[in-house]
Amino acid sequence: MVNTAMTASTQGSEPLERAIWSLLEHVPDPEIPVLSVVDLGIVRDVTCTPGEPPRVSITPTYSGCPATAVIRRDIEHALHSGGHPDAEVLEVLSPPWSSDWLTDAGRRKLREFGIAPPAESVANPRRLFGPLIIACPRCGSTATERVSEFGSTPCKAHYRCTSCREPFDYFKCI
Amino acid sequence: MNAALFQYLLRLGDTSLVLGQRLGEWIGHAPALEEDLGLANLSLDLIGQARLLLTYAGEVEGRGRDEDALAYFRNEDEYRNLTLAEQPNGDFAQTIVRQCLLDAWQHEVYTALSGSSDARLAGIAAKSLKETKYHLRYSAGWLVRLGDGTAESQRRAQRALDELWRFTAEMFVADAVDAEIAAAGIGPPLESIAAGWVERVSAVLGEAKLVRPTDVPYSWHGKRGQHSEHLGYLLAEMQSLQRAHPGAQW
Repeated sequence: MVNTAMTASTQGSEPLERAIWSLLEHVPDPEIPVLSVVDLGIVRDVTCTPGEPPRVSITPTYSGCPATAVIRRDIEHALHSGGHPDAEVLEVLSPPWSSDWLTDAGRRKLREFGIAPPAESVANPRRLFGPLIIACPRCGSTATERVSEFGSTPCKAHYRCTSCREPFDYFKCI
Repeated sequence: MNAALFQYLLRLGDTSLVLGQRLGEWIGHAPALEEDLGLANLSLDLIGQARLLLTYAGEVEGRGRDEDALAYFRNEDEYRNLTLAEQPNGDFAQTIVRQCLLDAWQHEVYTALSGSSDARLAGIAAKSLKETKYHLRYSAGWLVRLGDGTAESQRRAQRALDELWRFTAEMFVADAVDAEIAAAGIGPPLESIAAGWVERVSAVLGEAKLVRPTDVPYSWHGKRGQHSEHLGYLLAEMQSLQRAHPGAQW
């Protein structure tokens, strides 16, 4: 994403962009703190053009997600206290956020945290029909059942494992 | 054009806001904890959509009104939501019927608007459509469970459908605003989305073993500011704090 946006005039700023990405990798999501905002796919772009303030584009997961304002504030704080006092944060809506943008590291961290990651790709049109096979993040059993389409935050649904009896959150596929 | 676009954005945003506010009334009162969470989540998404739409409406209007000014400081006759959205929650069946009819409407509208000539609106619609698909799966799933459930749940679901069906005609009757928006390529001609809505709703009603009521003439024009008696009470509750303490924040 960074590289495709680069032009000859911005090549000199590549180390700066990398530095900002690594700063952002340490900004946790306020609701699921094992995930960084980069793991979640919320950070869309980092642009550093010489002579202009660095710009970080972020996108909300759900349009009503109350965490969006907190995430924006946390990112601004990390940038400003991390040596980029002039950095700007922009919110973009298009293209809309997708659970497909969770990184592989993010999926692993979710599972270790006790949250089942999205089971299928949004690209699969069958995902809104028929039963999904969701593995229990605790014991790995696929004998699980949905308790509710919705859970503790907009991005999660509520499941339980019928093998080990563990109730767990499932990160919705959207 | 800006005047028509402002009105059009208010219609979309107010419908989401009023429906979201109604669903919020269920918090702490739903039949089960899972449905309490579910209805609250729907409400949250809808209010989020309303914020995006009303913020844009305020910019189009160009009089310096932001989302809060539009939400809290307009009176009933300045609201432009569909009359169906403001109807009381009633029992759980009535809430689910109202939700399913409006989810199916939003599904058609947002699908069409995702290709709008207005890039900002297209972005909001594409974002909202993802949420609406999830809402529709929830409300349609419940409608089937209620309609094809016990004799009592079937009776209540059919009663709610018979009560609310008369408000659906307003969705597809175009006026000057709709015509101007369609001509500019911003929004779909309403007749073009009616067929998709009827097909989708009929399929759910069939599976739910519910009888589609007869279409009747209607006299509600919420999208022109002529509402049923229910909206004023909803706004009174929603706006009272900001009216008493303008600009209050926490």
